[in-house]
Amino acid sequence: MLVQQEIETQLQQSLEPLFLEVTNESHMHSVPPNSETHFRVVAVAEQFEGQRKVARHQRIYHLLASQLEGPVHALALHLYTPAEWQSREASARPSPDCMGGSQADKENN
Amino acid sequence: MDIIDTIKEQIENNSILLYMKGSPNQPQCGFSAQTVQAVMACGERFAYVDVLSNPDVRANLPKYANWPTFPQLWVEGELIGGCDIVMEMSESGELQTLIKEAAAASAAKQQA
Repeated sequence: MLVQQEIETQLQQSLEPLFLEVTNESHMHSVPPNSETHFRVVAVAEQFEGQRKVARHQRIYHLLASQLEGPVHALALHLYTPAEWQSREASARPSPDCMGGSQADKENN
Repeated sequence: MDIIDTIKEQIENNSILLYMKGSPNQPQCGFSAQTVQAVMACGERFAYVDVLSNPDVRANLPKYANWPTFPQLWVEGELIGGCDIVMEMSESGELQTLIKEAAAASAAKQQA
């Protein structure tokens, strides 16, 4: 299964989100074509109610632990309760441009 | 010293600490660049560790922090979050308040 599908399936089942959007942003980074390394997740779920931001993110990291240990290198998370999502007028900030950190990796490794 | 002890010491001794890729002047990752800009905009002194030049920290901090990616902002010994959380806190003004309070507390401690 594609990593993107794995992420979608796992989050759909565990979070029961009202809204879920998983985007593969790998093409924005210095990795080979068709890579599945950089993802962005926007999720709106009632389960986030009363949870601090760090706790929400840690929940997702836990759910996607095997993907993060494996192919996934960056995971941008935008996690909202239904009320927060409504007050944001249903939008989340886009990811920043790549600055070539993996080039520095090659130099260091 | 054990790498986990080193990390604990860094977190304990620096009330505002950013683990990032690259340096504040030369960030090597867009997420680190956005985060360090938001922290700098608060106008207080802060410490940083470049995880690209500290591979041991990069390899071990994620498990210790229960946080798999960088950057990571730590304030007064507590993980505040990565880029997404810091940017949201910056937009809402929460970040400024948090950083100012931490800087004031650490200045008071040094005077005492």
